[in-house]
Amino acid sequence: MAGSSRLLRRGKLIVVEGIDGSGKSTQIKLLHKWLEARGHRVVFTEWNSSDLVRQATKRGKKKNLLTPTTFSLLHATDFADRLTYRIIPYLKAGTTVLADRYIYTAFARDISRGVDPRWVRDLYSFAVKPDAAFYFRVPIDVAVDRILGARAKIKFYEAGMDLGLSPDPVESFRLFQGRVIDEYDKMTGEYGFKVIDGTRSIDSQQQQVRSIVARIYNETGLAEAS
Amino acid sequence: MTPGRNGARYLGHGLPYTGIEDLKGTLITIEGTDGVGRTTQVALLKEWLEVQGYGVIETGWTRSELMSETIGAAKAGHNLDRLTFSLLYATDFADRLEKIILPALRSGFVVLADRYVFTAFARSIVRGADPDWIRNVFGFALVPDLTLYLKIDADTLVPRILRTRGIDYWEAGMDMHLGTDLYESFRKYQWRLIREYNRMARDLDFITVDATLGIEEIQARIRRPVQALLDSRRMRALSTSLDRLRPLLFEAEEDDAAGPEAPSSAGALRGPADLPGSGEAPARAARAPDRD
Repeated sequence: MAGSSRLLRRGKLIVVEGIDGSGKSTQIKLLHKWLEARGHRVVFTEWNSSDLVRQATKRGKKKNLLTPTTFSLLHATDFADRLTYRIIPYLKAGTTVLADRYIYTAFARDISRGVDPRWVRDLYSFAVKPDAAFYFRVPIDVAVDRILGARAKIKFYEAGMDLGLSPDPVESFRLFQGRVIDEYDKMTGEYGFKVIDGTRSIDSQQQQVRSIVARIYNETGLAEAS
Repeated sequence: MTPGRNGARYLGHGLPYTGIEDLKGTLITIEGTDGVGRTTQVALLKEWLEVQGYGVIETGWTRSELMSETIGAAKAGHNLDRLTFSLLYATDFADRLEKIILPALRSGFVVLADRYVFTAFARSIVRGADPDWIRNVFGFALVPDLTLYLKIDADTLVPRILRTRGIDYWEAGMDMHLGTDLYESFRKYQWRLIREYNRMARDLDFITVDATLGIEEIQARIRRPVQALLDSRRMRALSTSLDRLRPLLFEAEEDDAAGPEAPSSAGALRGPADLPGSGEAPARAARAPDRD
């Protein structure tokens, strides 16, 4: 609704999706460097990072106040704020916007938490359609190993502990993120995700990402001055 | 959605993970624009209901544990757009619905909501939001059992606000840039809001009360439909209880026919007034609705 059709878009919107530990953040950082090296103006925006609802989200998570619906709505508010201030103006100005997680994260997580799938899709109907959405697909075991290796602790909501699937955080993470993977897989066709095998080496994944992104710039003939 | 025992239903898609079949209480909402006197009327109504013995829980717009501070800070910063404006309200409302309204209704309280989703609809729609979108966002809300609408016209409202508390940035819709003059913006914005409320009042069968009347007279006009609603619910609950007792009655009659030693409890069950005194289990069933 928010003028996604009326929006005069000159910049590209490229988003990465995948469960925690899928390696998507590493890949988007490398893509960022590459685009800048080629002379593109690039901004980066991250899921759940606007100031508007930071306090409420933090408090809600800390005190476990969140229900599936308030969890969903807080993230939608965060997204709407970033869309208005961090995404749309940059796209209009011809800047490439890289987003670490986009509306598909909300669809996958919120539906896994039990909200109505039609409701959450309609909730985000004001979003701008990305030029490319990469989905980094990894088996659950790989994700668990990476997360435990990197920070040794799995967060409460990341593990879906609010759903009471299992009292053990690692087991709960497996069950919850397993559902999230199922949701991503279901959406892949519907939204035309570019699926990247997240178990391959970092540089071979990056080569694949770069070649797809290069095609996007060439296709529309809107490659920015380099 | 399956309606609850008292006919509770969701406005839209609802909360798939929350059943509403067991809602025993009554949800009454009071709507109307800024400064129309809602809060005064809610307080009077609450007092009156409590004197009658009803358990009453009051809930007000933006007063959720989760969101009230955030909304206050966001409004002070004047950096909300129509999307975040609507979504902050939705988050606040969802928190109050799940943490206050639903548990209270489950326990049989009368819930008085000072403003409800219709306020969000009016404010979002005058700001240009897609009406279907905003209704879907609030699709997890319950349909109220009764919506009271305090109706006023902008020309009467404006001097009243100036006399009492003065004009607030958001109540004047200054974010809509209707003009640089606060007074003019307030008048235009309130006129549009009121038009939206009036439209919903017609389409959604609100009970409209003339808010230009005196406080006592408005309260009297509010109490009538509230009383009628609560009475009808009590009668319905009693007749449900009686239906449940009927098999026991017939059994008792058969026993009567069988011999003179048959228990006499059946004879006591003639009317609702006799219920609480009769046998243990039936009495509990009859007391369950609405009260406490």
